[in-house]
Amino acid sequence: MNSLSNTSTQTPRKWLNMVNLLKAPSIILLLVWMIVPLSMTLYYSFVEYNLLYPGPKLFIGLENYNYFSTDSAFFPALFNTLVLVGSVLIITVGLGLALALLVNQPFFGRGIVRVLLISPFFIMPTVNALIWKNMMMDPNYGIFSVISDFFNVVPINWLEDMPLASVIMMVSWQWTPFALLIFMTSLQSQDTEQKEAAQLDGAGFWSIFRFLTLPHLARPIAIVVMIQTIFHLSLFAEIFVTTGGGPGFASTNLAWLIYRQAFLAYDVGVASAGGVFAIILANIVAFFLIRAVGKNLTE
Amino acid sequence: MTLNISQRKIIKHWATGLFAWLVALTLFFPILWMIMTSFKTELQAISQPPLLFWEATLDNYMLIQERSDYLKYALNSLYTSVGGTVLALLVAVPSAYAMAFFPGKHTKDILLWMLSTKMLPAVGVLIPIYMITQMGGLLDSIYPLIVIFALMNLPIIMWMLYTYFKEIPKEILEAARMDGATTRDELRHVVMPLSWGGIASAGLLSLILCWNEAFWSIQLTASDAGTLAALIASYSSPEGLFWAKVSAASTMACAPIIVFGWFCQKQLVQGLTFGAVK
Repeated sequence: MNSLSNTSTQTPRKWLNMVNLLKAPSIILLLVWMIVPLSMTLYYSFVEYNLLYPGPKLFIGLENYNYFSTDSAFFPALFNTLVLVGSVLIITVGLGLALALLVNQPFFGRGIVRVLLISPFFIMPTVNALIWKNMMMDPNYGIFSVISDFFNVVPINWLEDMPLASVIMMVSWQWTPFALLIFMTSLQSQDTEQKEAAQLDGAGFWSIFRFLTLPHLARPIAIVVMIQTIFHLSLFAEIFVTTGGGPGFASTNLAWLIYRQAFLAYDVGVASAGGVFAIILANIVAFFLIRAVGKNLTE
Repeated sequence: MTLNISQRKIIKHWATGLFAWLVALTLFFPILWMIMTSFKTELQAISQPPLLFWEATLDNYMLIQERSDYLKYALNSLYTSVGGTVLALLVAVPSAYAMAFFPGKHTKDILLWMLSTKMLPAVGVLIPIYMITQMGGLLDSIYPLIVIFALMNLPIIMWMLYTYFKEIPKEILEAARMDGATTRDELRHVVMPLSWGGIASAGLLSLILCWNEAFWSIQLTASDAGTLAALIASYSSPEGLFWAKVSAASTMACAPIIVFGWFCQKQLVQGLTFGAVK
């Protein structure tokens, strides 16, 4: 008999078997990684603690929370966070789908086209932000302004006038390839006979897409939504490099607001309260997301 | 004029191809432009209209290497990415294997919980992590980054490996057992060869995510342990008109991982389905 299944079924101390020993490290590590910083953040959020004014850490109840949530940037930041995640999801899933369908057709040089299309995913977020900020969006020398000049239109000052849209554009450019990669792979596993049969029966492009391809892609779409939400809820690098959250709070998301509070105002207490807000928001989103797509993921 | 079916097919083939190339080149353009700009002088970089043909110069690359020791940052990126990935795989492979082949009642809940830990925003725990690192005297060192990178990617790696291992048909294992294979044989000759694809693609994705990680690198490192992502971020302030130099630095920071990604595209895709392909 096999020793693995032996230990898993017949050891008297049920929990101390090989299988659980193998499973344990990842679970314990993640628990520690979650609980230790989380409890410290919770503790700091209830005390007065500013790095500029050393002194005893006094318990001040909900004062930090009050301060953070009445900051005039709080609601804009909350709103921006949701707009950012939502818009990027819509753009990347839509564009990713369209590109995957396109690349799924036979044509010359498909391999190279695929390589070109997925390349933005390999670019560092900081580099991505620098390229777009300088060479694409600069109001004087950027490519967009050159195009505007060509059509005799007044160039848009992207980062000043549409900071949030600019950030959304950069992030979408980077993550569309990710959606494309996943959709492309699952399109390859689609039943071609079924499609051909539908074509013979006179089904057009749209009805094939709507009734065969889209249902086939339900799971991949759920996965793309899930993973991207995870990454974009705490988007930081692009804002750090380009707009710095401005002008005003126009491109400040929750992550940036907390960062500003902690590392520019040195107020650990208030920043920790902000951290708790961010964690609560993440949990709300996670709750709905796992309800919506989680089932799709585990079946 | 009426066209027969084969003529129509040819036209459709070429039209799709042209359109696809156009889209691909448009989306790739920012990268291409960055690479082109890195070989220009600063004046050429901002010339109006943009220069498409010019005499390439390597000055920017020399200057970047001289001024900020590219190699040191590149090595830091390499150590932290490889270190974090290997550490995460060491923990994740046995765990995911056990969960896929010997699932318990709560295995799926545990996996969903793991994914949900990724939703905790890094800023929420930045201060505690910063302080723990500081207390340990490990600010600006690559070791905390390796640990953080490993933990950061662990949930996604677990998920990828789990879904990949789950697809391995259990019948193969039973057949091997019938033929008298021991557990070690089974792991070595059946499970491992079938799992390489998944492990490789989880590792590749982790490498890419680590290499490009900016948040923790910016916060926890300075000149000693700085990674390429942090180096590039430091170029964001003196924006001015140093596009050529910034482009050269950016190209050098991205080139390794882009080329790596191109070569490993097939392996990467294998396990990137997260069980989505049925």
